[in-house]
Amino acid sequence: MSIETILVFAEGDESGPSSLTLELVTAARSLAANVETFVAGDGTAMADQLGAHGASKVFSTGSLEGKLIGVHAAAALQAHIEANTPDAVFFGQTADGRDTAARLAVRIDQPVVTNNVGASIEDGNLVVEEPVFGGTQNVFTAFRNDGPALALFRPKSFEAEANGGGAAEVVRADVVDPGTAGAAEVTGRHAEERSGPQLDAAEVVVSGGRGLGQPEAYTMIDELAGLLGAASGASRAIVDAGWVPYAKQVGQTGKVVKPNVYVACGISGATQHLVGMKGSKNIIAINKDPEAPIFGVADLGIVGDVHKVIPALIEALKSR
Amino acid sequence: MKVVVCVKQIPDPALPGELDPSTNYLKRDDKLILDESDSYGVEMALQLVEAAGGGEVSLVSMAPKGEVSGLRTALAMGAEDAVLVSDDALAGSDALGTAKVLATAISAMSPDLVLAGVESSDGYTGTVPEMIAGVLDIPSITFAKQIQVEGSTVKVQRQTEAGYDDVECSMPALVSVTAGVVEPRYPSFKGIMAAKKKPVEELDLAALGIDSGVVGKNGARQETVRVTDAEERQAGEVIEDDGDAHEKIVEFLGELKVV
Ligand SMILES: Cc1cc2nc3c(=O)[nH]c(=O)nc-3n(C[C@H](O)[C@H](O)[C@H](O)COP(=O)(O)OP(=O)(O)OC[C@H]3O[C@@H](n4cnc5c(N)ncnc54)[C@H](O)[C@@H]3O)c2cc1C
Ligand SMILES: Cc1cc2nc3c(=O)[nH]c(=O)nc-3n(C[C@H](O)[C@H](O)[C@H](O)COP(=O)(O)OP(=O)(O)OC[C@H]3O[C@@H](n4cnc5c(N)ncnc54)[C@H](O)[C@@H]3O)c2cc1C
Repeated sequence: MSIETILVFAEGDESGPSSLTLELVTAARSLAANVETFVAGDGTAMADQLGAHGASKVFSTGSLEGKLIGVHAAAALQAHIEANTPDAVFFGQTADGRDTAARLAVRIDQPVVTNNVGASIEDGNLVVEEPVFGGTQNVFTAFRNDGPALALFRPKSFEAEANGGGAAEVVRADVVDPGTAGAAEVTGRHAEERSGPQLDAAEVVVSGGRGLGQPEAYTMIDELAGLLGAASGASRAIVDAGWVPYAKQVGQTGKVVKPNVYVACGISGATQHLVGMKGSKNIIAINKDPEAPIFGVADLGIVGDVHKVIPALIEALKSR
Repeated sequence: MKVVVCVKQIPDPALPGELDPSTNYLKRDDKLILDESDSYGVEMALQLVEAAGGGEVSLVSMAPKGEVSGLRTALAMGAEDAVLVSDDALAGSDALGTAKVLATAISAMSPDLVLAGVESSDGYTGTVPEMIAGVLDIPSITFAKQIQVEGSTVKVQRQTEAGYDDVECSMPALVSVTAGVVEPRYPSFKGIMAAKKKPVEELDLAALGIDSGVVGKNGARQETVRVTDAEERQAGEVIEDDGDAHEKIVEFLGELKVV
């Protein structure tokens, strides 16, 4: 078996494809001669950028608004795969990516390999790389199935890079009714207020954890972030506790960030947090416990109390 | 209302994980415990049954060597009974194989609602619940932060990037529960004692009528070709704050041209 066509499950909105989607198209381009994309929704607005990153086609189902995407996307993908036989399908490790890949795996009875950060071709086979145990080891997995290789990738595993291609050709994909399994309907959407730079695109990220002691102390994090032109983030502990919204969570089940500077305040450095920020160029950690694992990855570690160090830092930055 | 909760029993995440060098499977030699990710589903199920004024919470788990420690914890929280699938042929199963086994066991339990965690703590593919729904061919809602049952409809607040969506569907359905959204109750002493006598039905593949070829290593159709050590990030300078550590930070940020 060799890999000739890779189909990328593309996500995005009116403004175009997501950065993760463009990362996957770029990666696919280096592995296969032909890269095509599939949009569970209206892919017209994505055609320019997908093409510029190397995709030849955008298969588009048209709007699925009001539906929970996974089941519907999987039904349409199955029909597409049976007709077009791509060698591999790449998904982002997102909510819709996971739902779709899982439903598709059942429909076509093929395995999925998740949480990957790398891919290569070895002896004509797709081999994917997944970090385990908080990124201390990498597991390389080869597909041994007789259908398309279904692989999910974590954000920021590859660098998105345009190669100057023209707009991808938009092709209508058939919608397939999944029956009662597709019954879930979205009846309302609620968005939380957001301000400042986006967490996963910011050059500097300041995150707070349970060491802040109380929810009010998070205002220090926001203030410090403001002074540094940074985005503010959080450990899961304080998201679970309801101090800050989930959108701020960094880690395995939150965002993957790779800023120039990551400042961890009162965060212990659990493996699930580390996998989301270990790729940062520079890491500063403030923690009162000298044994905290976060110091193991920090370029500058301060053993101290966040309630002393951060206010002093804020004052020092203000007086500059 | 009958709710079935999928609970995974995993090696204690506090202990360092290790792959068996001969098989590259996660080592599961020590006693397994209830995955914290599933304690939220158990709590959610108990609350739903209480709100409905009656019903039953049953558990289902697939684990090696007849392991029940984690199931006993969930039974002590208040679940009625459990089904455990255990069979040597299951070693090395992938997510799809696991889902086929669990779905077959669940199907025989005829639930109105199936709950699972969004992702487990050890394998965290986050695909098993949606695959179970796929095998059962029922609707599903993932990433629930709140669940309400009204008649034969389940209404969910589904966590999203931006906030949350209201999503609903008819039952039977499967819902996966986000970690941390409810406070799992601590088993009482009475609960722990009672759990010891609650029924746990152990089934093997033959009892479920599943061909061993579709599960385990052969069913997985994916192979670990190698495991490498990741490049370790070097720890840098660590200093004790004597009241002027902030200056050190400003200096460092200056070197990086952030200030
Ligand atoms: C399946 C799964 C997925 C997960 N996903 C994520 C994820 O995406 N992101 C994530 O972050 N976590 C995740 N976790 C949780 C993770 O395991 C940790 O529980 C969490 O990261 C801990 O958050 P924390 O560091 O804020 O809290 P703690 O671990 O409680 O650490 C608090 C730290 O603050 C320090 N401290 C206390 N007081 C002070 C003070 N006054 N000044 C300075 N330091 C102080 C303490 O020394 C300690 O090191 C996940 C867990 C599981 C099981
Ligand atoms: C580091 C690592 C990486 C892996 N990567 C992959 C991979 O890429 N692809 C793959 O197919 N397999 C993979 N596996 C194997 C996979 O973890 C197992 O097949 C496992 O049985 C099911 O998947 P999960 O733990 O990822 O479940 P998840 O889908 O993350 O679990 C979500 C929920 O499903 C339910 N559930 C899952 N397993 C059980 C169970 N045994 N009993 C009861 N309820 C359960 C629980 O409610 C759980 O909270 C990996 C395993 C490890 C240790």
